[in-house]
Amino acid sequence: MTFPGSLDDRDALRAVRLAGAEPVPLWHGEKWLSDVVAVVLPGGFSYGDYLRAGAIARFSPAMQSVIDGAKNGMPVLGICNGFQVLCEAHLLPGALIRNDHRKFVCRDQRLRIENAETAWTNQYEAGQEIVVPLKNGEGGYVADPATLDALEADGRVVARYLGDNPNGSYRAIAGITNEAGNVVGLMPHPEHAVEELTGPSTDGLAFFTSVLQKLVGIPA
Amino acid sequence: MTPSSAAQRSLIDTVKAAKKSSDAQQPYRELGLADNEYARIKEILGRRPTSSELAMYSVMWSEHCSYKSSKVHLKQFGDKVPVEAKDILLVGMGENAGVVDIGDGWAVTFKIESHNHPSYVEPHQGAATGVGGIVRDILTMGARPVAVMDSLRFGPANAPDTARVLPGVVSGVGGYGNCLGLPNIGGEVAFDSTYLGNPLVNALCVGVLRTDEIKLAKADGPGSKVVLFGARTGGDGIGGASVLASASFEAQGKTKRPAVQVGDPFAEKVLIECCLEIFAADLVTGIQDLGAAGLSCATTELAAAGTGGMAVDLDLAPLRDETLVPEEILMSESQERMMAVVTPKNLSAFMAICEKWDVTATVIGEVNDSGRLTMRWHGEKIVDVPPRTLAHEGPVYQRPIRRPYDQDALNGDHGNGLPRPKTGEKLRSTALKLIASPNLADKSWITDQYDRYVLGNTVLAQPEDAGMVRVTDERWRAEHDGEDSTLGLALATDGNGRYTRLDPYAGAQLALAEAYRNVATTGARPLAVTNCLNFGSPEDPAVMWQFSEAVRGIADGCQQLGIPVTGGNVSFYNQTGTSPILPTPVLGVLGLIDDVTRRTPMAFDQDGHQLYLLGDTRDEFGGSEWAYVMHGFLGGKPPAVDLDREKLLADVLINASRDGLVDAAHDLSDGGLFVALAESCLRGTTGVRVIVPDDVDPFVFLFSESAGRAIVAVPRTEEVRFTDMCTARRLPATRIGVLDVLESAIEVQGQFRLPLAELRTAWASTLPDLFG
Repeated sequence: MTFPGSLDDRDALRAVRLAGAEPVPLWHGEKWLSDVVAVVLPGGFSYGDYLRAGAIARFSPAMQSVIDGAKNGMPVLGICNGFQVLCEAHLLPGALIRNDHRKFVCRDQRLRIENAETAWTNQYEAGQEIVVPLKNGEGGYVADPATLDALEADGRVVARYLGDNPNGSYRAIAGITNEAGNVVGLMPHPEHAVEELTGPSTDGLAFFTSVLQKLVGIPA
Repeated sequence: MTPSSAAQRSLIDTVKAAKKSSDAQQPYRELGLADNEYARIKEILGRRPTSSELAMYSVMWSEHCSYKSSKVHLKQFGDKVPVEAKDILLVGMGENAGVVDIGDGWAVTFKIESHNHPSYVEPHQGAATGVGGIVRDILTMGARPVAVMDSLRFGPANAPDTARVLPGVVSGVGGYGNCLGLPNIGGEVAFDSTYLGNPLVNALCVGVLRTDEIKLAKADGPGSKVVLFGARTGGDGIGGASVLASASFEAQGKTKRPAVQVGDPFAEKVLIECCLEIFAADLVTGIQDLGAAGLSCATTELAAAGTGGMAVDLDLAPLRDETLVPEEILMSESQERMMAVVTPKNLSAFMAICEKWDVTATVIGEVNDSGRLTMRWHGEKIVDVPPRTLAHEGPVYQRPIRRPYDQDALNGDHGNGLPRPKTGEKLRSTALKLIASPNLADKSWITDQYDRYVLGNTVLAQPEDAGMVRVTDERWRAEHDGEDSTLGLALATDGNGRYTRLDPYAGAQLALAEAYRNVATTGARPLAVTNCLNFGSPEDPAVMWQFSEAVRGIADGCQQLGIPVTGGNVSFYNQTGTSPILPTPVLGVLGLIDDVTRRTPMAFDQDGHQLYLLGDTRDEFGGSEWAYVMHGFLGGKPPAVDLDREKLLADVLINASRDGLVDAAHDLSDGGLFVALAESCLRGTTGVRVIVPDDVDPFVFLFSESAGRAIVAVPRTEEVRFTDMCTARRLPATRIGVLDVLESAIEVQGQFRLPLAELRTAWASTLPDLFG
């Protein structure tokens, strides 16, 4: 899905292709989602992050269709700015605020996969450690204590930062899922860890093979 | 009509009025024009200029836009283009950026440009719009921008004003580049007291296109429409190019507006995608971005390069501030604007794409064959000029040149008496102090604020010797079974103000040689050069001497290395009071690698690999980091330049990379061998055990800055092949040690042992301690 100001949309297309699926570019202004079976909302600065990151993108015609699809079980992965859009669209609880150190941060980040059951993480082992790039200015995940407790209790924390907390996220949360496990929001960028040549690892590829397993049962 | 515009109308200076009052006083001096320049304008026009024309001449004839002091010297870049390079140059100097043929139908365009003065006044916006401007230059050639780099210079790292300037510049470079989705893949940062009131912010952008897609800035074909698109024109950045404040404009009731432009990366990102879609549909005959001198520059350059005439209705330009007067509209440097020349047949398709991207686009004029650029405002003719006289026929000066009075004394004070460390213990503490000094310390506090991953093609990024990106696109994959190309570009920038101060000819060549060597170290073959020449005032004969020597050095050096200069930028008046900055030519070298999977990284990761030092080490400490850090000393001569040796070294590094003979390589430069060893160890996972060769002084061995050297890690299985190659080519290669995964230290046998943990703490804590 490309919004004006999307940046990692081509990378998401590449990751989907390398996972063995056919990527279909979607445009924010088109309500019709071209019969795709899953959607990736990529990183970037949709609409320049005016107002708040993701706050305008959620109102685009395509997002209305994504919201409807997500509620009917369609797998949706929001990466970075896409995570912000999912929170703004209330498909996921909480919000993402400016990094506690106030600077943009780009680094290779260690993560622990906490929930290996979702549509996007079923090819990982629970507790598995992976390294993928992290790059954000507004990546601090926040929610009220009750919401955080509920997320933890329901096992809806998908991934957690290991080592130094890179952005001040509460409880070092890097990604969460909805109750049904089809919608996942993730601040780090698995689509940048799909080739040895260009990424710190290929640990991110399993996000995209996971959704294939979920949809068509192709083993990774 | 509103009252204010009615009031303006009565003040409009028209061509008709100018004809009637040829002797009226005009504020040309305040606008930066000399008496003789003003006289020449009157001669060209046969009357006095209107105030709008005066505004246009003043910005177009400013040093920044006209290169009036540097032109006579820069000519050498064209005169000395290496013979072997002529067939790869698709577009040479003079366009927005040079274009180089890299084979397989691909072409590359790249350029470096300064934004020094705005970055001092307002660090964040100054640096941000510096990135924005160079990216538009690349886009204007018809290319998709694929990466950026930045070369920065600041005052002393611990100076209070550096704490203001540096974080702002870094957040500006990062904020703008990150929002454009362009990976930042390298550059350099250095500190020196001469940059305290005058930081340097040089931004480089590289773009990729197909050879049949090159776009040029020309207004061809009478009847074609002139379209202004992108952001609306505002009052920001007025006169940013010519550094002026006009008494006459203030007299018209204008408040002072910021002379630094304000950037909006989102607007630029959308403009980039919009332009690329327009290019793909082949809808423009000419295109120009609006940078320095804004509309004045775009209209005159387009008209001068095409059919020759253009009629513009300035009332049609969309404004952010309706109170702007024509002079301001013509001089505004509002960002994120472009101007295209579109045939009437293509106009509706052009406009439809702009609408898709929500980009404002307005036809403001038409191309004609009158040979004149005319502009109207409220129905009156306010501009009527021959466009070439602004764009190409500005004043040219042969400024006086004089070797600085202190040059001989500076070169004679060689510093050979400076106390040198003699014991292992002293060498160890020298090593630690050097690696923790701001110029050599870890720069990740800065580079971690830049996105190096976006676009998914970054193969190498800082702190590697050169940045490297894969050249690929949808069209390539469609034609190659979905596989990405393996072709790659490598880019490095270098510049050393101290070397250049000691010897501008040699110093500029050393910067060229280092960037060339950095590119070759990664396995890429150097192909072309861009440069950003940062100097003091051209009206100071001593500065002009530095400038002319540096340009001659670069032109001769490029000719000898066989790589052409494709473009660049000159930045004069970098000084505080009468004290100029260290003369700082920054050289950017572009290289090409056929197979990016063969690139050579700098990290030491391979246990048991043999460590070889390539090249000759001499007792050379003039302008060195050691003299600067340990003694605060600058004097003597810089290291000797041997460009034939650089070519030989590059050949060996490139062949070794292609044939898999080396697994890691790192160039030797500031701080010498020890610093290179430390950087490669800290980037990787192994330590090294090093032996000082018998006939060499340990201090010279570890810290000399002799040029033309690199270290390589050679697998034992390839050692014979590698040394045979060096012997056959007569490149000195000395085995100086071994990589050791169990050692976790740099051990210099018989001298000292420095654990990597201790080294890392010293190296990594300097910038965070200074900047938070």
